[in-house]
Amino acid sequence: MAHDTHIHVRSQAEFEYAKKKRADEMKGHLATFAIMIFLTLIAFTMVAAGFSAYLIVPIILLLAGIQVILQLYYFMHMSGKGHGMVAFFMFCGMFVAFITVLALVTIVWW
Amino acid sequence: MSSIAQKKGFGATIWDFMTTVDHKKIAILYLISGGFFFLVGGIEAMLIRIQLAKAGNDFLSAGTYNEIITMHGTTMIFLAAMPILLAFMNAIMPLQIGARDVAFPFLNSLGFWLFFFGGIFLNLSWFMGGAPDAGWTNYASLALASEGKGIDFYSLGLTISGFGTLIAGINFLVTIINMRAPGMTYMRMPLFTWTTFVASALILLAFPPLTVGLFFMVFDRMFDSNFFAVEMGGNTIIWEHLFWIFGHPEVYILILPAFGIFSEIFAIFSRKRLFGYTALVFATILIGFYGFMVWAHHMFTVGLGPTANAVFALATMIIAVPTGIKIFNWLLTIWGGNISFTVPMIYAVAFIPSFVAGGVTGVMQAIAPLDYQLHDSYFIVAHFHYVIVGGVVLAILAGTHLYWPKMFGTMLSEKLGKWTFWFFFIGFHLTFFIQHFLGLMGMPRRVYTFGADQGWDLFNAISSAGAVLMAIGIIILLVNVVMTTIKNERVGNDPWGDGRTLEWAIPSPPPFYNFAQTPLVRGLDTFWIEKMEGNKKGMIFAEPLGDIHMPNNSFIPFVISLGMFIASFGALYFLDDDKPWALPVLIIGLLITFGSMLVRSLKDDLGFHITKAELLEDAKGGKTDGH
Amino acid sequence: MDINQKYTPQSWPDHPETATMEGKNKFIGFWLLLAAETVTFASLFATYLALKDKGPSGMEFSAAGLFELPLVFAMTMILLTSSLTSVYAMYHMKNHNFKAMQAWLGITVLLGATFLGLEIYEFNHYVHLGFGFTNSAFSSAFYVLVGTHGAHVLFGLSWFIALMLRNAKRGLNMYNAPKFYLASLYWHFIDVVWVFIFTVVYLMGVIG
Repeated sequence: MAHDTHIHVRSQAEFEYAKKKRADEMKGHLATFAIMIFLTLIAFTMVAAGFSAYLIVPIILLLAGIQVILQLYYFMHMSGKGHGMVAFFMFCGMFVAFITVLALVTIVWW
Repeated sequence: MSSIAQKKGFGATIWDFMTTVDHKKIAILYLISGGFFFLVGGIEAMLIRIQLAKAGNDFLSAGTYNEIITMHGTTMIFLAAMPILLAFMNAIMPLQIGARDVAFPFLNSLGFWLFFFGGIFLNLSWFMGGAPDAGWTNYASLALASEGKGIDFYSLGLTISGFGTLIAGINFLVTIINMRAPGMTYMRMPLFTWTTFVASALILLAFPPLTVGLFFMVFDRMFDSNFFAVEMGGNTIIWEHLFWIFGHPEVYILILPAFGIFSEIFAIFSRKRLFGYTALVFATILIGFYGFMVWAHHMFTVGLGPTANAVFALATMIIAVPTGIKIFNWLLTIWGGNISFTVPMIYAVAFIPSFVAGGVTGVMQAIAPLDYQLHDSYFIVAHFHYVIVGGVVLAILAGTHLYWPKMFGTMLSEKLGKWTFWFFFIGFHLTFFIQHFLGLMGMPRRVYTFGADQGWDLFNAISSAGAVLMAIGIIILLVNVVMTTIKNERVGNDPWGDGRTLEWAIPSPPPFYNFAQTPLVRGLDTFWIEKMEGNKKGMIFAEPLGDIHMPNNSFIPFVISLGMFIASFGALYFLDDDKPWALPVLIIGLLITFGSMLVRSLKDDLGFHITKAELLEDAKGGKTDGH
Repeated sequence: MDINQKYTPQSWPDHPETATMEGKNKFIGFWLLLAAETVTFASLFATYLALKDKGPSGMEFSAAGLFELPLVFAMTMILLTSSLTSVYAMYHMKNHNFKAMQAWLGITVLLGATFLGLEIYEFNHYVHLGFGFTNSAFSSAFYVLVGTHGAHVLFGLSWFIALMLRNAKRGLNMYNAPKFYLASLYWHFIDVVWVFIFTVVYLMGVIG
């Protein structure tokens, strides 16, 4: 493992390109952030406006789900290279999380 | 116990083991402490069988009996079976994938010491006012009513050792994902590595619910919260769910590595490639997946309602299918093989009918209406001992014989091994087979005695006699270990002569860097392929001989765990008015833990390099060529 | 890996967090820990949902009467923004701009500390109203769920601060780049959990 860091000095063009790419990506992140703020506003506004609970609950849960996907895939780069196993285990975790919540909200004996 | 360790003084050896980050030494630590707890749990089992040997016995009081059954179950599952399996995973898995160590050597050591101190803490309850007495499942309605500190020892001890296990799980997963040698694709990994992988994934996702449940238990008992306090709106069924969401995958955490060990044994001693390798791999993954969807079959009689019971009954029956696939694959591996009946192979062959018997009674209990009859009877006790002893313990004994030369460099006596086997195997069936009938005759579990007029005397006496045979078997094993260690006849790379995977291509025990050169893997059963092609070195190499980077030893894991251990005593007596020292103890313990964690993160620990010259020197010393 | 190896923006790799074997291992291991944390929080959420509004007969407090949205809205905005600022910090980490990274991390820490302060204020407020930890099953479940999240925020803050102080003088290298990256992943995960807390606990609490 001593030999696993090769220093690669990029040419000016390569460097500029990579930098530009990162800057573009950052713009995407800003847009993502705007969407997240917007979704949060919708959720809070719906509750404040006092719509029926049957309408609000599914919608705000959906909005929360979208926000989480945005966080995972954009801010945390889960779609990036080398994230295959990561995504697999996160989905396994979400699956167990889902059945845990499902069990305790439906079949707990009350 | 490597040859290097023996040249050191006794104190230096102890210090070496306390600071080691070498996966092979940590494996030995796991094996020794797991073996110790196995003996403790075994003594508890013998006490249970003495108490039940005759009707109306007063050898143990009812209260002591409750403590002993609780500690027997808890010790055997958490402190004996799992650590011993972790010992084999640690010792063998990195060698099988051609890695020089696990991904996080420091965390490996931390995981061990957390488990160790957690286990010691739990067992100290015997000397500090009484052990837990609400059963190993610790159901909340019982546990909240339990007086004394026993349950708190249980919650705190299992929390600590649970953290250790979680760390071990993550470590193995990352090791397998990232550290496989070139050419070692997922579908070329030996079955033991595969089962380690899936079992670690189960540890990763199953331990958090247990930890959360244990925290609730601590809060409820010590800080007056109301999670399980029904009069305050709490719900004791939440504990049962959280416990079994962990508890059922736990069963597979135990049995999958056992399957892995047997898969290796069948292939080695039938001198054949595993039949249906791909099917075995996918069955393993499927079992892991289904393992999370069946937990409520432990709770059929709670009253979850017909829909929930039907869903979980069905899921439970389905999980028998991949297990059945495995059984057939093993049978077909033996079929037509050139079989040598060594001790590990005898265990493996005995495992199949024993485990199938346990599996079949499991499917019986999957039928929810029948489970109402069987629940809490000795039929259940018979069932789970058939899967745990007939599966896991037989695998542990088989693995001990199989991997002893790889871990210690010397072979356990085959002759004594066969004696152990016969005593243990006959004793096992004598003890537990008859308990099926005791259960069907109505004998309830967890009751400390029975009446002479109930007609259970003879069967219970037979069961106790069987337990004595099992104990004799284990004593012979201990004698075997002592004699083997004294004789200390060194063996070569491949002591069984038929090794198929990479661990058999390197010396026994391997040098601390495992592979002087990383191997190149050309297919399943890597070492076998090279042997068949007449490669004297046993492997081909993926890199030229060069410097090897190794991690430094560290005392910090021990200190972190010690801090947790001390803090637990503070937490335990925190609310007692007559123990004002509890709070300082809690704070000091946490300071030790977090202080040493801070030292760890602030101090750079970059490891060291073994130079090429040293490796060449080592090779000349004959240590890398055992034959 | 040589800790003294100096890098320039030109020689700094595209993915410094996974450029070394140690970095790769930490990266995968940390994500696995997050998967385990997902299950941990799911258990807490599940318990909370099962015990929501459950208490002794005549219980004074219910979710609908207790929670106040303006404060929660402010906390949400602060934490969401801190998620973005940590993205900025990682952007500069990848550009090998150490000073900018430290600055953005500093802003993240400030925002996180504000969030934590508001949470402490909120808890304190509830306790003064008489909604204590031991009142009811509902109160226990609420405090443990939201409090565990708060403890994660506290840990995340300590982690950021320790990293910033430790590396203040020596700048970015292959040894600490994965650490910064993982701390920011942790911070995003805290935000993910909060999204569910404000939705499931507060918003769904207020509508009853």
